[in-house]
Amino acid sequence: MTRSHASDAPLPEGAFPPTEAMLSEPVPSALAEAQADRLRAVWATPKGWRYWSAVNNSEVGVWYALTALAFMLCAGVLALLMRVQLAVPDNDFLSADRFNQFFTMHGSAMMFLFAVPMFEAISIILLPALLGARDLPFPRLSAYGYWCFLIGGVFVMGSILFDAAPKSGWFMYPPLATQDEGLGSDIWLLGLSFIEVASIAAAVELIVGVLKCRPPGMRVNLMPLYAWYVLVVGGMILFAFPPLIAGDLLFEMERGFDWPFFDPERGGDPLLWQHLFWIFGHPEVYIIFLPSIALAAMIVPTAARQPIVGYSWIVLSAVGTGFLSFGLWVHHMFTTGLPALSLGFFSAASEAVVIPTGIQLFAFVATLMVGRVKMILPMLWIAGGLAVFTAGGLTGVMVAIAPFDWQVHDTYFIVPTCITRSLAAWSFRSSRGSITSIPSSPRRPCPSGWGAGPSGCCSPAST
Amino acid sequence: MRRGQRAAVGLLILSGAGGCHGPQSVFSAGGADAIELNRLFAVMLVGAVILWISLNGLFFHVTRRRTGHMSRKLAEAVIIGGGILLPVVVLTALLAWGLSIMPDQRAPGEGLRVRITGEEWWWRVEYLPEGAAGPVISANELRLPAGRRTEIELQAGRVIHSFWVPGLGGKTDMIPGRTTRMSLEPVTPGTYRGQCAEFCGASHALMALNAVVLEEGDFARWLEAEAAPARPEEGEGRAIFFREGCGACHTIRGTPAAGAVGPDLTHFGSRTSLAAGILPMERAALVSWIANAGAIKPEAQMPAFAHLSKTELDRLAGWLEALE
Ligand code: HEC
Ligand SMILES: [Cu+2]
Ligand SMILES: [Cu+2]
Repeated sequence: MTRSHASDAPLPEGAFPPTEAMLSEPVPSALAEAQADRLRAVWATPKGWRYWSAVNNSEVGVWYALTALAFMLCAGVLALLMRVQLAVPDNDFLSADRFNQFFTMHGSAMMFLFAVPMFEAISIILLPALLGARDLPFPRLSAYGYWCFLIGGVFVMGSILFDAAPKSGWFMYPPLATQDEGLGSDIWLLGLSFIEVASIAAAVELIVGVLKCRPPGMRVNLMPLYAWYVLVVGGMILFAFPPLIAGDLLFEMERGFDWPFFDPERGGDPLLWQHLFWIFGHPEVYIIFLPSIALAAMIVPTAARQPIVGYSWIVLSAVGTGFLSFGLWVHHMFTTGLPALSLGFFSAASEAVVIPTGIQLFAFVATLMVGRVKMILPMLWIAGGLAVFTAGGLTGVMVAIAPFDWQVHDTYFIVPTCITRSLAAWSFRSSRGSITSIPSSPRRPCPSGWGAGPSGCCSPAST
Repeated sequence: MRRGQRAAVGLLILSGAGGCHGPQSVFSAGGADAIELNRLFAVMLVGAVILWISLNGLFFHVTRRRTGHMSRKLAEAVIIGGGILLPVVVLTALLAWGLSIMPDQRAPGEGLRVRITGEEWWWRVEYLPEGAAGPVISANELRLPAGRRTEIELQAGRVIHSFWVPGLGGKTDMIPGRTTRMSLEPVTPGTYRGQCAEFCGASHALMALNAVVLEEGDFARWLEAEAAPARPEEGEGRAIFFREGCGACHTIRGTPAAGAVGPDLTHFGSRTSLAAGILPMERAALVSWIANAGAIKPEAQMPAFAHLSKTELDRLAGWLEALE
């Protein structure tokens, strides 16, 4: 492989790239073999029961994905049971208490045990391959995050078997949740703290991975768009989860030590939790969504057989979406009686995210217009994802108008808005899953030249 | 294909429209605010359908139909036009309209004020006519005069609730420790149904109420009657009521019953529904409610009186019904 076509990249100094003379110098075959064996031994997957001590991203990523999938199936079963209860009026299939446990756990599991971990799982699997690295920078941190996630998830999910699951809604609004008798709220707080730790670990891992594990010559402005999205999402996790963790701490201090942060009778305020929760909750929407559109950003140019059009537009709008998403949380609180001026501001800010989202969608369309499209299978998923996403997005535009939200807030209008968007996110992701092989194995640097990185040369479908 | 999509959307709207009637629908609007918001929704819906079809149509076109290359310059124009100009124009217009109706929807009311408190899982309703000495206390039903904007103050007992009568206008949360406010301007007399719209525990779904809109004159007469003390009948029903200690939780003005834990029952018999909008105001329903409220409304804060005999329950229910 020659690097000559990456002409505009500055050549590294020193003995890199090795001269022809250096390369043609013969290596004793026995030595070469021994070296290769040693290397393979270091990277080999542990055998037997030691398998569970593996830290390589290829193992941890797969565990992560399968575990998240298992939690998703549990949450899906809960949803089906709820639908059975709701199928006919005055049904007594589930008691009120159990129904409330189920709906709380369904929401919590889909948000915290599936949507975010699944992004982390896929990124842990794919990112090293896209960057031509052997692994992420801190393999043990990935493994640590995974085990945290598993412990926290099983703890929260398992509580449902003991009829002790949280039952105050996945948003856990005080005073209902703080005054809840029983262990439910504490289980939620403790279990999700594990998951918050796991998310932050994964975010650190992925950010450092993107910044530090790029191959020589792949500058940030050349890296695959997927890496950009991962970088943005990692940054968002770092800023979005701390408010939630802070809220959790206050919440547990109120429950454990009777410090009345949310108790209005003793000077606290229930709205404090809502602010903390939604400062996390809204960026969460994009933490779920951006990784999915990131995959679309890799597949579209592959299908169009053209480098993406508007690379910097897309990067800027990804960063812009991440930034703006921290200024929208009040649209989840339009009905709490905040002053009209704030509502107007947050309405406008919420509509403003349409612009970066629109730029990304139209950049994909533009790429398809420029290229000669080959309708590969993932493109069908993308078309489906787009249909669902635009429906969710357009209803999102409606509910961002504060007075309209007064009517539809907390109704079945919101449920599809939220779920279609997540579904869209998921079908974008499935688009990746439907690719049958992942040729650029995590163990091998990407074979083609890095200069073409942004064009998605490393997206598996291109090979 | 495009026609197929459009037909599908049409069908979807029609099938959805089946559920668009009844007293709790935003589409049976009888309030100025709800009517205005329906207009906003209709416009947004049409816009959204057009945009959805164009966007997905465009995607279909560029992946399936179009042949030949387009220049990169033109492609960048697509990004700027579709990603920036289009949303800026559409959203500015939408925001200008949408936000301009907000002040009207929350304009202060004139004359009468109503204070509603969300309890678990019922509504305390207090009418504060202009210049009156004290509030007229009622529960689980809201009556409003048509053609006038009425100020509504919202409070909450132990947990957060949200007050919402879809046919009249948008919702506002009731938050412990705060007083939030809203206002409603009903235009068409009739009965609308409201529902608590913030998850508030075991029986959240069973926390509803009827909002009865009356002509101005009818309303004034009704309020005068509501303000008067009860005219309870003598008899066995009354004796059971006081023997069982119902008065510790319920108030019946004009009798010694002065409890404030549960709903005021002074003019209970003239309400249009029982137990916060979930049961018809009928003898059988009332009997089963008193016998075991928790069986109908899980975790209801009213004890069961299952030890009362059938005839006792019947007498008691009959006596309550006569409280008009
Ligand atoms: C411990 C307090 C308590 C006692 C004692 C009590 N109630 Fe209640 N009652 C309540 C509460 C609280 C509610 C509202 C429950 C709900 O809707 O969730 C209620 C609701 C009602 C209602 C429905 C009110 C409406 O507006 O529709 C009736 C009727 C009623 N009670 C009758 C009685 C009678 C008759 C007795 C005595 C046999 C009685 N209650 C004893 C607390 C009490
Ligand atoms: Cu949001
Ligand atoms: Cu409620």
